[in-house]
Amino acid sequence: MITARDASTRPAPPAQWDVERVRRDFPALHQQVHGKPLIYLDNAATSQKPQVVIDALMAYYARENSNVHRGVHLLSEKATQAYEAGRARVQRFLNAADTREIVFVRGATEGINLVAASYGRTWVGAGDEIIISTIEHHSNIVPWQILCEEKGAVLCVIPVNDNGELLLDEYARLLGPRTKLVAVGHISNALGTINPIAQMIGMAHRQGVPVLIDGSQAVPHLRVDVRALDCDFYVFSGHKILGPTGIGVLYGKAEWLERMPPYQSGGDMIASVSFEKTTYNALPYKFEAGTPHIAGVIGLGVALDYLSGLGLDRVVAYERELLAYGTAALDAVPGVRIIGTAKEKASVLSFIVDGVHAHDVGTILDQAGVAVRAGHHCAMPVMQRFGVPATVRASLAFYNTHEELDVLVAGLHDVREIFR
Amino acid sequence: MSELRDLYQEVILDHNRKPRNFKKLERANRTATGYNPLCGDQVRVYLDIENGVICDIGFEGSGCAISRAAASMMTTSLKGKTLDEAEQLFERFHHMLTASGTGSDAAELGKLAVFSGVSEFPSRVKCASLPWHTLHAALAGKDEPVSTE
Repeated sequence: MITARDASTRPAPPAQWDVERVRRDFPALHQQVHGKPLIYLDNAATSQKPQVVIDALMAYYARENSNVHRGVHLLSEKATQAYEAGRARVQRFLNAADTREIVFVRGATEGINLVAASYGRTWVGAGDEIIISTIEHHSNIVPWQILCEEKGAVLCVIPVNDNGELLLDEYARLLGPRTKLVAVGHISNALGTINPIAQMIGMAHRQGVPVLIDGSQAVPHLRVDVRALDCDFYVFSGHKILGPTGIGVLYGKAEWLERMPPYQSGGDMIASVSFEKTTYNALPYKFEAGTPHIAGVIGLGVALDYLSGLGLDRVVAYERELLAYGTAALDAVPGVRIIGTAKEKASVLSFIVDGVHAHDVGTILDQAGVAVRAGHHCAMPVMQRFGVPATVRASLAFYNTHEELDVLVAGLHDVREIFR
Repeated sequence: MSELRDLYQEVILDHNRKPRNFKKLERANRTATGYNPLCGDQVRVYLDIENGVICDIGFEGSGCAISRAAASMMTTSLKGKTLDEAEQLFERFHHMLTASGTGSDAAELGKLAVFSGVSEFPSRVKCASLPWHTLHAALAGKDEPVSTE
């Protein structure tokens, strides 16, 4: 096996990061695929779950399962308490001002759809403009496209340079009196670019334009403070940050959420119903129609506790060093080109191998036990911008190791061997 | 590596490097486009059919080694075949990809049997079958895009 470099030349990881101890918390990491130890480098698609999250889901269903905000009985009270504690946990995690600003949704996608439908239906009209960027996930493109089609509004797209960094001059030019909303990702899922969102939010606010941030890729890899950022909306999915699938968060400033009409309607989102008139419930319940994903909220709360317990700053430092190591290792493989070389990056190594399609690379790596994503990463405009049909994406988490990246690199040498 | 060698056989790699009949047929009288939305692979198949016989065939598009080689070898195996023979090959090829362990097809498929290794890689079956599904649509005279999903 050819390894990226000798262990002796490897930079020492930040002090006190005991990756082997952390790995023990994740049962899924300890299995074999195709007879090889699993090397899970598909964290941007979904993260693995620590045992404490799995246990919390089991405990809830085994002992506390009941509906929330309804029963007078003990179990329902317990479930309600646990559910609302999860909301308070998310509020602290994002440093939101109030739990009323935390709306639970299925995922980032639903959060964006909620804003597109509710805010969009109310404040976007013919000839108005919505600004997104070239490097958005499809979930932060299509809802706005549909809204624009319905309303006769215009979708404006911030271009990127060859490193995958947004062109802020162009962004400044796009912001204008017809702009009704800016919707951009915090970190690009396809390239790993960390967008300068604090600056971008400031630029939009100077023109009176609200901003939605898709934080799906950011929350596991950065400290996010929605009040310091001053964003109007921030969405993320629980499953990318160690939590269960099917639960996500929409943060919205109360001043917006109060004025926005409901997204879906049904139980829990009402104060009173008669056949003449329905009055809506207070925030955040106005936006939570139907029985919510109670177990998901509880699991997400435990996941955030777990991450905070590790120390988010230490996670960030370790991941940054791991990304630098992986970048250098991939750069050293002949025929490999990294797509997305922004100065500010996190977690993502997107690359192509000369003359070999990403799918073939993915299959060969899979046989070596290495799980990566191969394809367009639900960001087809990014692929088009960089003139490639697809890329291979290795996305890192704090439980990945330098040795795992060495196996990735060895797998790429296998690719070159087969496609000689 | 041995499973990989079963998948990426030398013939397949050769057709990937130098695809045969990789051209648009100006005088095609049947065409169809196939698309795999999961990976973005796309292929366009051109047929020139005279008196029920495939006189010429070509393809264009972009995709992985498996889909490109499958398209290339499909074109070489179909030239001169009648429409019935082409349909039969489609059925056999499809059966080989989706029902592993039955050796009966291999003999009748000739060179196309090199794709039998694909059935061991479920996520890649659609790569090999995309050009054939596209052919199938072209033979049926359907010109709306074929999707693997």
